[in-house]
Amino acid sequence: MEKKKKRLVFRTIVLSVLVLTLIFVLVVNANQDRPKLEEGDPAPNFKLDRLDQEGETIELADLEGQGVMINFWATYCEPCKEEMPYMDQLYEEYNDQGIEIIAVSVDKNEIVINNFYNSLDLSFPSVHDKNETVMEAYEVIPLPTSYFINPDGTIERVVQGPLTLERLEEYFLEILPQ
Amino acid sequence: MSVKSVKCDCGHINHEGTVLCEACGKPIEGNQHIDGNDEKHVLEMRYEGSARRSKTYKRTFIDKTWAFFSSVKVGVWLIVITLVLSALGTIYPQEKFKNSPLPSSQFYVEEYGLTGKIFYQLGFHNMYDSWWYITLVALIGVSLIICSIDRYVPLRRALKNQKTKRHEIFVKRQRLVSEDNNLTEDDLNQLKTNLKSKRYKVYEDDGHIMAEKNRFSRWGAYVNHIGLIIILIAAIFRMFEVMHVEDYVWVREGETRVIPSTNQEYYVKNEEFIYEVYDPVQQEQFRMALEDVENPVPKNFQTNAIIYKAVGETITGQEPELEEVERGEVRLNQPVTFDGYSLYQAGTQVESEYDSMTFTVSLEDESLGEFTFDTDDAPPQFELESGTTVNVDGWFPELEFTESGPSSFSKFPRNPGMILSVENPETNNLERFFYLQEDIVPLSDENQLAVEVTEVDRRSASGLSVKKDYTLPLFGVGAAIFMIGVVQGLYWYHRRIWIHPKDGKYLIGVHTNKNWFGMKQELDKVTSGTNVGEFTDQQEMK
Repeated sequence: MEKKKKRLVFRTIVLSVLVLTLIFVLVVNANQDRPKLEEGDPAPNFKLDRLDQEGETIELADLEGQGVMINFWATYCEPCKEEMPYMDQLYEEYNDQGIEIIAVSVDKNEIVINNFYNSLDLSFPSVHDKNETVMEAYEVIPLPTSYFINPDGTIERVVQGPLTLERLEEYFLEILPQ
Repeated sequence: MSVKSVKCDCGHINHEGTVLCEACGKPIEGNQHIDGNDEKHVLEMRYEGSARRSKTYKRTFIDKTWAFFSSVKVGVWLIVITLVLSALGTIYPQEKFKNSPLPSSQFYVEEYGLTGKIFYQLGFHNMYDSWWYITLVALIGVSLIICSIDRYVPLRRALKNQKTKRHEIFVKRQRLVSEDNNLTEDDLNQLKTNLKSKRYKVYEDDGHIMAEKNRFSRWGAYVNHIGLIIILIAAIFRMFEVMHVEDYVWVREGETRVIPSTNQEYYVKNEEFIYEVYDPVQQEQFRMALEDVENPVPKNFQTNAIIYKAVGETITGQEPELEEVERGEVRLNQPVTFDGYSLYQAGTQVESEYDSMTFTVSLEDESLGEFTFDTDDAPPQFELESGTTVNVDGWFPELEFTESGPSSFSKFPRNPGMILSVENPETNNLERFFYLQEDIVPLSDENQLAVEVTEVDRRSASGLSVKKDYTLPLFGVGAAIFMIGVVQGLYWYHRRIWIHPKDGKYLIGVHTNKNWFGMKQELDKVTSGTNVGEFTDQQEMK
C-alpha cells in the first residue's frame, strides 16, 4: 500500500507542475497583448517644448494636482482636427477649475502644426513629439488617442478615436480636482 | 508488497498488470489480452511485457488523468489535431500580417468572402497566440512527459530483472526460432565465440545462454523526448522580453531614432543608405544574365548605422545625451550587434522621400537669392539677401486634393506640395506660388517674380528589424538531444538470442527491436561453423 501511495504522490506532483506551468504560460501570453499602460497606472512623465509659447516647456510632473488631458494628434488625421474645437471650447470653461490640456502632435514639420493651431485660434498648450518618444512611452497606435490623467497622476481613462463634446465634458468631470 | 502482485512459477514477483514475467518471460495468465498476445503466436516485445501502470490503476481522479495522458493513442490524436489546426491557420494571413487598415471583423469577410468570415469567427486569425492553441501544444507536452515516464520506468526495470534462464514458452514464442538443435560442446563454444566477435554480451546460467547487445538503443525514444521537452521550455522562455525581443523600426537617412523594445535606452542613426544593382556594363560577367531582365537586379541593400546609448536620466520627450556604442554596415543577413541586440536590414523605400528642395527667386532674370526647404526642420519663413521674404503658407508632405482644398494624408514627404508667398520690396506685392512635383506653378497670372526649383535631394528610408534572442542556444541543445535520441534509437538495434536446452536438444529464440532482415544476416554469421538449423520467421501474415 505504501508503494501505491508514493505513486499517487508522485503523479500528483508531476501533474500539478505541468498544470501550473500551463496556467503560467497562458497568463503570460494573455498579458502580452494587453497594453502595459492601463487605467489606474501612473502616467509616464514627459517634458516637451511648447510651440504656442516660445521658450516655454511643459512637464507632466509639474501638473500634479490638476486633471490633465493628453491628446495625441496629427495634422494628417482628420478626426483629430475635428475634435480640437470641442477641446478648445471646454478648455476655456474648465482651465480655471484645474483642467489642463496638452495637445501632442506627432507630425514631422512644425509648420503644419502651427498653421493649424493658429488657423483655429486654439488656446491650450501645443507640443511637438518630434522623436516620437512620448508616443512610444504612451503606446499610441491609432490617432487620435487621448489619456485622461487624475490630479494624483494616475491614468483615469484611455480613449482611442475621436470624442464628442458631451463625452469630452463627461471625462473632464471625472478628472476634475476636488 | 501489494496484494495485487503476481507471483510467477519461477518465483519472481511481478507488478500487477505484467504480461510477461520480468525474470523468466513466461506469459502471465489472464493478462495476455493487454498486449494482444492472446491472438498471436509471436509475443509482443515492445515494452518487454512489463506492467505499464496506467493500464492497471484507475481509481482516483489523478490516476484517471494520468492514465488518459499515458495513452499513446491520445498523444497521437493531440498531435494530429494540432497539425491540422496549424495548417488551417495558414490558409489566410494571421491578424498581425494582414497589412490592412480594416479591422479584422471586416477584413477577412471582405477580402476572402464566406470562408474568410468562418476563418475569423473560429478565431483562426490569431491562432498561434490563442489560449486554446497554446493549451493544445502544452497538452502534447504533458502527454509526452507522462507517456515517457510510464514506459521508461517499467521497461528499465524489466530489462534489469531479466534472467538468462527463460521459460520455454517465452523462447518458443519469439519471432525467429530454431527448434530441436543437436549441439555439441564445440558447437556451443563456437556459437559463443561468434557472438562475442559480433560484440554480444554472453551470459550463462545452468546451461542456458543469453546473448545481448545494444540495449541502450531502447532509450533512444526517451532521450528524444527529453530533447522535445527542452525545446518546449525554450519556447516558454521566448515569451519573456528578457530572453527574446522582436521589433521593427524605420529610419530615414540622417535621422536618429529610438530603437523600440529597448526601454528607450538605445538609438540608431541612419548615416547613409546604399542601394546597388548589378551593372551589365561595368561588370561584363553579368551582361548575358541581365540581357532579358527589364528591372534592375538589386545587389546590395545597406544601412550605415551608428548605435547610441542614452546616458543618464532623460525625461521622455527631451533630447537624451547619446554615447556611441557601435558603428557598422547593416546588410542583408549581416546585422549590426550590440549588447545582445541585432539590427537586420529588413525593408527599404529607396529614395522615396524628399529630404530638401532648393529654390531660387528671381525678378526679370535677376536673382534675388535662393533658399533650401528642409522637409523636416524648415522654418516657416525665409529671409533672402535681397530683402525678399518667402513665407511657407502651406506644406503638404503627401499631397492630395479634397473638397476643402489641398491637404496631406501622411507626414512623410513622398509627394510634397507647398504654397509659398513671396514678398519683395521692389514689387511690393505678395505673390503666391504652388510647388508640385518638382515644379513651380504661379497662383496668379500677374506674378512678376519667378521661383524655380534648382535642386531636390531625395532620401531613402531603411527598415531595420530589432532582434534579441537568448533562447537559441537552448533550442540548439534541445534539437541536439533530440537528434542524439533519434540516432541512438535508429542506427543501433537491441538484439537478444536465447539458447534454451530441453531434453538434450536446444531451442533458440531470437529478438531484435527492429531490422529483422539484418538480424537474419547476423544469425547466418553467428551460426556459421555450427550445427544450428534453419530459423523460422514466425510472424503471422495478415
